[in-house]
Amino acid sequence: MTFSSPNFSTTSLHRKPGLLRNRANAAMTAVAATFATIAVLPLIFVIAYVLIKGITVLSPSIFFELPPPPGLDGGGIGNALIGTLVVTLISCVFAVPVGVGGGIYLAEFSQGNKFAEFVRFGTNVLAGVPSIIAGVFIYGLVVSTRVLFGNSYSAVAGGLALAVLMLPTIIKTTDEGLKLVPQELRWGALGVGASTFVTTMKVVLPAAVAPIATGVVLAIARSAGETAPLIFTALFSPFWPEGIFKPLATMSVLIFNFAIMPYEAQITLAWAASFVLVVMILGMNIFARWISGFAQR
Amino acid sequence: MEATRRDLLYTLRHRPASDKLVDNGFRSLVTALAALVGIVLLAIFLVVFWEAREAIHLFGLNFITSTTWNPVEEKFGAFTAIYGTILTSVLALLLAVPLGVGTAIFLTENFIHQKYRTIISNMVELLAAIPSVVLGLWAIFVLEPTIRPVLNVIHNKLGFIPIFSTPANGPGFMPAVLILVVMLLPIITAISRDCLNQVPPDLRQAAYGIGATRWTSIFQVILPAAISGIIGGIMLALGRAMGETMAVTMIIGNSTSFNLSWFAPGNTIAALLANQFGEADGIQVSALMYAALVLMIITFIVNVLAQWIVKRLSLKYD
Amino acid sequence: MSFTTHITDVPNDQVAITCDNVTISYGSFEAVKSVFLEVPRGKVTAFIGPSGCGKSTVLRCFNRMNDLIPSFSLKGRIIYEGQDLYEPKVDPVEVRRRIGMVFQRPNPFPKSIYENIAFGARINGYTGDMDELVERSLRRAAVWDECKDKLQESGYSLSGGQQQRLCIARTIATQPDVILMDEPCSALDPISTLKVEETMHELKKEFTIVIVTHNMQQAVRVSDMTAFYNAVAVEGGSGKVGYLVEFDETANIFNNPKQQSTQEYVSGRFG
Repeated sequence: MTFSSPNFSTTSLHRKPGLLRNRANAAMTAVAATFATIAVLPLIFVIAYVLIKGITVLSPSIFFELPPPPGLDGGGIGNALIGTLVVTLISCVFAVPVGVGGGIYLAEFSQGNKFAEFVRFGTNVLAGVPSIIAGVFIYGLVVSTRVLFGNSYSAVAGGLALAVLMLPTIIKTTDEGLKLVPQELRWGALGVGASTFVTTMKVVLPAAVAPIATGVVLAIARSAGETAPLIFTALFSPFWPEGIFKPLATMSVLIFNFAIMPYEAQITLAWAASFVLVVMILGMNIFARWISGFAQR
Repeated sequence: MEATRRDLLYTLRHRPASDKLVDNGFRSLVTALAALVGIVLLAIFLVVFWEAREAIHLFGLNFITSTTWNPVEEKFGAFTAIYGTILTSVLALLLAVPLGVGTAIFLTENFIHQKYRTIISNMVELLAAIPSVVLGLWAIFVLEPTIRPVLNVIHNKLGFIPIFSTPANGPGFMPAVLILVVMLLPIITAISRDCLNQVPPDLRQAAYGIGATRWTSIFQVILPAAISGIIGGIMLALGRAMGETMAVTMIIGNSTSFNLSWFAPGNTIAALLANQFGEADGIQVSALMYAALVLMIITFIVNVLAQWIVKRLSLKYD
Repeated sequence: MSFTTHITDVPNDQVAITCDNVTISYGSFEAVKSVFLEVPRGKVTAFIGPSGCGKSTVLRCFNRMNDLIPSFSLKGRIIYEGQDLYEPKVDPVEVRRRIGMVFQRPNPFPKSIYENIAFGARINGYTGDMDELVERSLRRAAVWDECKDKLQESGYSLSGGQQQRLCIARTIATQPDVILMDEPCSALDPISTLKVEETMHELKKEFTIVIVTHNMQQAVRVSDMTAFYNAVAVEGGSGKVGYLVEFDETANIFNNPKQQSTQEYVSGRFG
């Protein structure tokens, strides 16, 4: 009995680039590579431009001086630099305790009940609220009603608006960070007679500190660059900050205000502020990655 | 007795009342803090609705369809801004989705070495960290002047089509759309990449196992498996695009009159708020709050839809 | 379905924990049904039985660790020192300060070895010399020699067996009346297992120990009393429910069991 060779055994297994499927494959790969390149290019362009433009206009005096009156040269962004730090700090004071506390509730106490489901849903919805709406909300709640000791526009109002935006990120990262802590660790603490409070604060929270810190730093980095919530809460001021219940300048609002001015000095300061802001935020992002990398070791 | 000796040495065998109080207090505190999320969300709706009530009463639903925005005569309609919001977001999505999903495919399938994939991933994610106000500044001084000649060539050749009917000479819809694309790319890429990574490797192997080429398996097997997550991500990006304020405000031109041309200055709800809120008073503030309410409702619907789609995906794989 | 059981009575003055008709459910699903049991004071009691028979579930009720599971519910009474542990007024935290637990997998805290011991003692309001307590506890858990030079290093720097003995030392340091051990050796190698078993022999002079084990030889080696649990299919249901088959002196359970299923299980002819 003879074996008839199967009809495809005579064709070789060598790759034939000319085949339609191979050509289509190569074409699609080229398209995907082009898309990836296009996606990365803006980052390189923006960063490069901001860094180059920023370095050429940067001088030590920029950090210590006030912006000049329109039409004059020189000056700096000293007040806006301090303002950004102050407003960001205020937002942390509100958002970190609330966010971490809410996250602790979700991960440690809720046991997946309806209320927790509602809070998780609310967190996601809040994360999707446009940043300008946070500003409008705080304007209606705090600025126009003057509830903060009769003050209207103020650093505290700006901080509150940023806190609204930071809150969902912090709750989510706390919730997720705590869920990564092995259940056995909680059992161990409860097993020696620790209360829930002691278990959470002394054992579970320290074990999850790295992912939580990563999330908090990322949230801070995002809020430091936010502008929309500040333009009618913290407003702006050409002077040095006069306290947390008064309006003050921030770098992001400074960029917004100065970018559309027809004066060279102001536009120069906008670029300088962009440089400082971008370096600060990228630095915080790298710091956050370092924390989370540190935890994985 | 043994037990008594132990109790002498270990003084807290019985918890003092203060200890229980701390425990219960802590539980109540974190529950209250969690509840605060719901309260803030509710408060946002209530405050905006309350501030908008006058305009709602005056203009009713005509507000949405009227193109008049006249602070002097105190007549307000937000159609121009609503149209601008939807137009810029949808155009930006049309450009950003193929780019973002294509990049995500490039980053999840093994086209290039893992090391370079990680670098590109990180770079795209860093793009998301750049403040929108900086992108706005860049758009004013770099992006818009660069694309203006291109837009004008299109106008000269295709000017008979209404959407290209005006010459580009400064801020307008098109630069705003492009800067939105830059902002949406990292979101779409990151979410698509995560969804593609979640596709079980067996599926990929099965496709290769029956002799499918790489792109056949991507289009026929991998993308369909990840599609609902990717669509959820696209919806989230849409919500973000509609609410995006700074970069758009700085480059869209802030015109309150309606224009069909994509090269003409326009407006979005967020840009309208950012521009006019500071100087508004009386009924104009109320009208702006009404516009804010419209924006909130649109983004709320888009976000809830996105969550719903994402949830359906996660049910499928659990 | 047969629920025939054989239970040896323990003299009243020697009882540490009593199960009085205990039925444990998760949601609508019954995990263990109608357990009557008296754990004797100052002895080692072993819980043995096939997987899913509810032996760990019963153990975890003795210090209310099951409270952490939302759907958990218990009928009947678990009596410790004349009190029902599941009375509404009873504080589970206080229960756990008297009834300590060692878990299946070693779970030292992410703290130094010294702090691992001191943490529980401090919570229990220990007023004595802490250094001395740390040393004494580690010695009695037979892990002092491995630890004495690195008390300030992380508990995770120890091997698995050493970690488990650290966890035993942590429990000893709080001086509970009862120590519950939930398969303490299942994640350990044979040599570490042997060391933990030696530790148990030391500890039973002072503590009441209840141990859940999959390993019948271990039950023979360490325990004075043994309870055998089994699981039977529920009539008309899909799951299985656990119940206590036989409770007696270890020697009787392994050499002269009263129940057919015990005989089958201990001789390895099970299932």
